[in-house]
Amino acid sequence: MDKVIRVIPKLEIKGPNLIKGIHLEGLRVLGDPQSFAKHYYEDGADELIYMDIVASLYNRNTLHGLVERTANEIFIPLTVSGGIRTVSDIQKALHSGADKVGLNTGAIRNPLIIKKAAQAFGSSTITVSIEVVRQTNGQYLAYTDNGREYTGVEVVSWAKRSENLGAGEILLTSIDKDGTGSGFDIELIREVSNAVNIPVIASGGAGKVEDIVDVIKETQADGIALASILHYGFFSKCRYTYTPSEGNIDFLRSDERFLLVKPLSIKKIKDYLVKLGITCRLR
Amino acid sequence: MKIIIIDYKLNNLFSVKHACEVIGADVSISSTPGDILEADAVILPGVGAFKNAMVNIKKLHLEETIKEFIKSGKPFLGICLGMQLLFSNSEEFGSHNGLNIIKGSVKKIPKEMGEGVRVKVPYIGWNTIYSNKVSKNVWSNSALKNISENEFMYFIHSYYVQPSDKNVVLSLTRYRDLEYCSGIKKDNITAFQFHPEKSGKEGIKIYKDWLS
Repeated sequence: MDKVIRVIPKLEIKGPNLIKGIHLEGLRVLGDPQSFAKHYYEDGADELIYMDIVASLYNRNTLHGLVERTANEIFIPLTVSGGIRTVSDIQKALHSGADKVGLNTGAIRNPLIIKKAAQAFGSSTITVSIEVVRQTNGQYLAYTDNGREYTGVEVVSWAKRSENLGAGEILLTSIDKDGTGSGFDIELIREVSNAVNIPVIASGGAGKVEDIVDVIKETQADGIALASILHYGFFSKCRYTYTPSEGNIDFLRSDERFLLVKPLSIKKIKDYLVKLGITCRLR
Repeated sequence: MKIIIIDYKLNNLFSVKHACEVIGADVSISSTPGDILEADAVILPGVGAFKNAMVNIKKLHLEETIKEFIKSGKPFLGICLGMQLLFSNSEEFGSHNGLNIIKGSVKKIPKEMGEGVRVKVPYIGWNTIYSNKVSKNVWSNSALKNISENEFMYFIHSYYVQPSDKNVVLSLTRYRDLEYCSGIKKDNITAFQFHPEKSGKEGIKIYKDWLS
């Protein structure tokens, strides 16, 4: 076939909780990551991404248990990202059941890790995750440590360099758009997906199904990472029953709704895309 | 039924092992020739580089073991790189010899197809598998017997196989302009380019039917 668009739930994790913020900030606890993962698997997800959002900050890497439990019950590819800095970190993630690892902070600080990792595990195992802030002059720069640290690294050249070092895929997140539901940063995704010859996953900003259609039609993206638009659907079914061992439960127990997105199931999104002639895996 | 997954120290074996557990098999991971030869069925999995894989297989004295096991007539399953390794040679980073159990070669997916049409490599994603006239009958007696024509499976690779003997082709897949062999059946050998253990519930059926 020609391009089959991948629909990929992106689960950001802090401690034991699935969380979601806006511009990667103002984090709300949404629930148990494993329950969401299982739900998305049943709903027709093509892959899953787990992103440990404070791993780099605290120099920790604590997803292994969750990855292992998840890999026990879902049979689609799982990418694990956050706090991965060395070949040994990658090995541990793969041994826990990850199929791919995402490198961001670790790769910008030490780009050669991409090369080493690709040689050791194959390019197809290595995703470079690029988190982007658009500057007032229109330039796109990569940030690390979950959007906290300015690097001065220009995004298109970093994407190309990652490809040349052996990255197999790029996960491209617009921090400006993340959590806002205001649509993808089409220009960013177009520039990067035109510049590289490896798959690009567009991330950040999906608030309604039309946003997803736009990014597929107007860029060369190969997959779509989705968070709020999916999470807030399942969240409404499980918010009152989840009691986390740590983290703030105010939002869970409130009756407050999140109004920036129109929650949709993966199945509904795919049905809609297929109607428009966009190829997806349906099951 | 005792299944051994061959560990040549390069891979994530977790998902293959887990797929075997889900179908209720007694499964373990081993690099020991004795374990492999005693198994009722063997899986050669694989992600990673062809050359490194062959180096490790030789270092662990597994080349003869794999050949001997296959001669025994017991079920053997190759997945992804584990399929490619069965071939005569690969052009991955130079030319390298494989196990030469299936005649043919391993080729790189071209980065351009037609006039200036860019193709992304590695090829990562879901694609369909289908039979041809020759393989239609083989399909219905193979691990794919409960899989519909044009079912989606998960692929992640930069190279593809080109068998010399077209009769070993079990399934085909088309990526853009490139139609290639995505499944092999030759006597007791079954092999797939895609990852059944990452292809959802349909993929798990393949593991089940491989041994039934």
